[in-house]
Amino acid sequence: MAQRFKDIDYIGLFLWLFRAAIIVIVVWGTVAKLFLGQGNAYTTKDWINFLVAGLSQGSIFALIALGYTLVYGVLFMINFAHGEFFMAGTMTATIFVALPLSASGFLDKHPVIGMLAILVVAMVVSVSVALLTERVAYRPLRRAPRLVPLITAIGASFFWQYFFAGLFGSGLIPFPELAVLRGAWMIGGVEFLKTRAVVMIASVIMLIGLYIFIMRTKTGTAIRAVAEDKDIAALMGIDVDRTISITFATGAAMAGVAGILYGLVFRQVNFIMGFVPGIKAFTAAVLGGIGSIPGAAIGGFFLGVFEAIGPPLFLEGLGIPGSHQLKDVIAFTMLVLVLIFRPQGIIGERLAEKKA
Amino acid sequence: MSQLNLRNAARVGLLAGVVALSVSAIGMVESFDQRDLITDLFTLGQLLLFSAPLVAGYMVTKGVRDADNGAAVLLGLVSGVLTAVPPIALILLTLIAPNIRNALVNVSPALISILTFGASQIIGSLILAVIMAVLGVIGAAIHIVPEAVRKPILYGFGWTLGLGMLSDVLLNILRPLLGRSLVRLFFGTKGITFVSAAIIFVLSIAITIWWQSGGQSQYEARKASLSEAQAKRSRQISIGAGIVALLLLPLILGTYLTEVVDNVGLFILMGLGLNIVVGFAGLLDLGYVAFFAIGAYVMGILTSQGDLGIIDMSFWLALPISVAAAVTAGVLLGMPVLRMRGDYLAIVTLGFGEIIRVMATSDLLKPYIGGAQGILQIAKPTSGSFTMVQPEHFYYLILAGAGLAVFVSWRLRDSRLGRQWMALREDEDVAEAMGINLVSTKLLAFGIGAAFSGLAGAIFATRLSSIFPHSFNLLISINVLSLIIVGGIGSLPGVVVGALVLVGLPELLREFAQYRLLLYGALMIAMMLARPEGLWPSSITRREFHAEDEVVGGVQ
Repeated sequence: MAQRFKDIDYIGLFLWLFRAAIIVIVVWGTVAKLFLGQGNAYTTKDWINFLVAGLSQGSIFALIALGYTLVYGVLFMINFAHGEFFMAGTMTATIFVALPLSASGFLDKHPVIGMLAILVVAMVVSVSVALLTERVAYRPLRRAPRLVPLITAIGASFFWQYFFAGLFGSGLIPFPELAVLRGAWMIGGVEFLKTRAVVMIASVIMLIGLYIFIMRTKTGTAIRAVAEDKDIAALMGIDVDRTISITFATGAAMAGVAGILYGLVFRQVNFIMGFVPGIKAFTAAVLGGIGSIPGAAIGGFFLGVFEAIGPPLFLEGLGIPGSHQLKDVIAFTMLVLVLIFRPQGIIGERLAEKKA
Repeated sequence: MSQLNLRNAARVGLLAGVVALSVSAIGMVESFDQRDLITDLFTLGQLLLFSAPLVAGYMVTKGVRDADNGAAVLLGLVSGVLTAVPPIALILLTLIAPNIRNALVNVSPALISILTFGASQIIGSLILAVIMAVLGVIGAAIHIVPEAVRKPILYGFGWTLGLGMLSDVLLNILRPLLGRSLVRLFFGTKGITFVSAAIIFVLSIAITIWWQSGGQSQYEARKASLSEAQAKRSRQISIGAGIVALLLLPLILGTYLTEVVDNVGLFILMGLGLNIVVGFAGLLDLGYVAFFAIGAYVMGILTSQGDLGIIDMSFWLALPISVAAAVTAGVLLGMPVLRMRGDYLAIVTLGFGEIIRVMATSDLLKPYIGGAQGILQIAKPTSGSFTMVQPEHFYYLILAGAGLAVFVSWRLRDSRLGRQWMALREDEDVAEAMGINLVSTKLLAFGIGAAFSGLAGAIFATRLSSIFPHSFNLLISINVLSLIIVGGIGSLPGVVVGALVLVGLPELLREFAQYRLLLYGALMIAMMLARPEGLWPSSITRREFHAEDEVVGGVQ
């Protein structure tokens, strides 16, 4: 017994050191940057630019994170293949709609109709891929041990990646630029790139729409009921299988939209575009408290901002060369830290540990 | 009733057709068509394409009663014809939209000519429909033909196509034994010739018939009649023969194939390590490649004669240090995740793996480990004046490492620690209540698992004599994970089988390279759905997964 307590203390000490080291790095870097003038000198305008870039990036994460959070809410499973739903819709819509429309000049003449067509196709494809994956790889295994659906999810993720690589080629595919979104708006002396602003507004509209869908509609109520307790929900006359499919479809539709917004910002798509944003969006979902919809949104924005500001702020402050390369490290470190130290997330609505 | 069956036949047929269409559209058929199974007669691509109607025909007639042959043939015909519909749609699409290739990059003229047998689109479509219909009927006929005939024929086709697929390997091994003219008789430019296909087909049918009509019972009777001591002796002899065969393998295989076997061996080594973590202790680790990378980088830094080498150490001195570094990393990364379970653990370890990879690529560590340019001029192992350079030399090094890993895993599995791991895997809370020290048990699993991976990494570094961060990506972890899943989680022979199938086969069949991960993904799903215990399960998992069947069987 005494041995056990000693072990735990040892581990606890290690975790404290780990935490302290991260805090020291962040604080030291920030202080060095702001007060000692390490690295490049940035003006206030630069900082606002970083912030806006982070927010628009974060809004995309938020949209993807919704898919993780919804599915985790009802099935307590990490849908590893969610990033691929995001990729599938975007690639298909880019190749079959966006590029032809842009080549024929339609997209520049009627940008709204054109974008709507692209979005609809992306959503339809993402939803189809999601439903197919759910039907084949998840549904038959709903009663299996927890590791089993996770393994099929990893399998599905790689299957779809290389399926689409085979279908559309593995190179980078350019996403057309919209003429209306070129340039920037000046608001209060600060310039907002039009693309970023539109992406942010579109995401916020989608987020609010989804919130209303989940909270106010009958289907949304069914989803929440299934998330609460599948057996009782079934007793109340809810078709659980169908509701789970709808949950997957809803998440995938959001991912489809997110993918097109991603295309607008980064102007290129390819078959592995879903992987890193997928992991980051998962981080966002955990950050906000997985299973909570507002949590996913907050987590997404938070992660986006942190990732955009982090490298110029504390990494440059530490005098690290090529700090922008470490952007992903920040996101992954945050993922690790949150999962280790606060698995219930910032909001902490749900005790993830109990279910995990 | 029969109408319902028809609807099912139509559904299955169309589904198979969609699969055929998909494998065509993603380029698998065309790329597999490069490999002739039987020279100028039948290719792997055609096998892929035509197994769709066969399987569909087989599936739809499963439920038909034995007597009702007419219904079976009809169902097979319907499903076969419908299997042809989606590919034909693709063929006709190229008539309407010749530019389709701009979007679907793999819908090439070559693919269309495979699908239409070189004829024009319209005529080719008809040929395809007829062939698929016939194959659907043949698939249905598998149920009709009596067992005694069915089995030899299936085995005959199986062996012929299997050996045809491995014709490169056979040619490599047999070339020194056969004369030039015999080689030309048996092997075409690609694949085996019709002559050898016929020989293999007839031989395997003959052997199967002999085996069925008495051979099997004779063999089993003789095996049963052996006394205890004799049985033990015969087992010892076969183990001894196996070891001698392993030692002589490079002499038989030649340089190229030995290199392939070396690769398989490294993956076996890593698979055995991950098997301890995932298979024994039930901790799903997706960042496993990190330890492989650490082993490789430590070996690189210690022994490199280039700019980045620090002390120019010899391989043998650096080897234990690399392994120790991997173990340390395993324990250090294990500590923060001690309280995590299941999917959260998987994601955190994935995060660790990615952090290490991004750091290795970044400028931050460039002065020490070379950034994206990696470490060059890593020393080869030497002893006296002998330096290991050839794949054959490394074969023995890897064999020794894998042998050690097998021995350690085998002994650990049956040890107290092994039983603690399995208790942990089954239920953490109960294991803790039984007095198992979770902290040390988990850390030992991470540490020992990392040791094997670090060893593999160290050998990998010296074998290639240069390492680059992009060789250590997530795909390696996924590769190792899928091989232990396919082989059977927790099973030692399963790791070897899994590595041979998932690493060896794709290396031999270069056409697979592009579709490797697609197939891994599909295999992972298929294994979990159909055979979650793996190809060669350990006795415990087999019992677990089939406990229910046995109970049901007992009741009936």
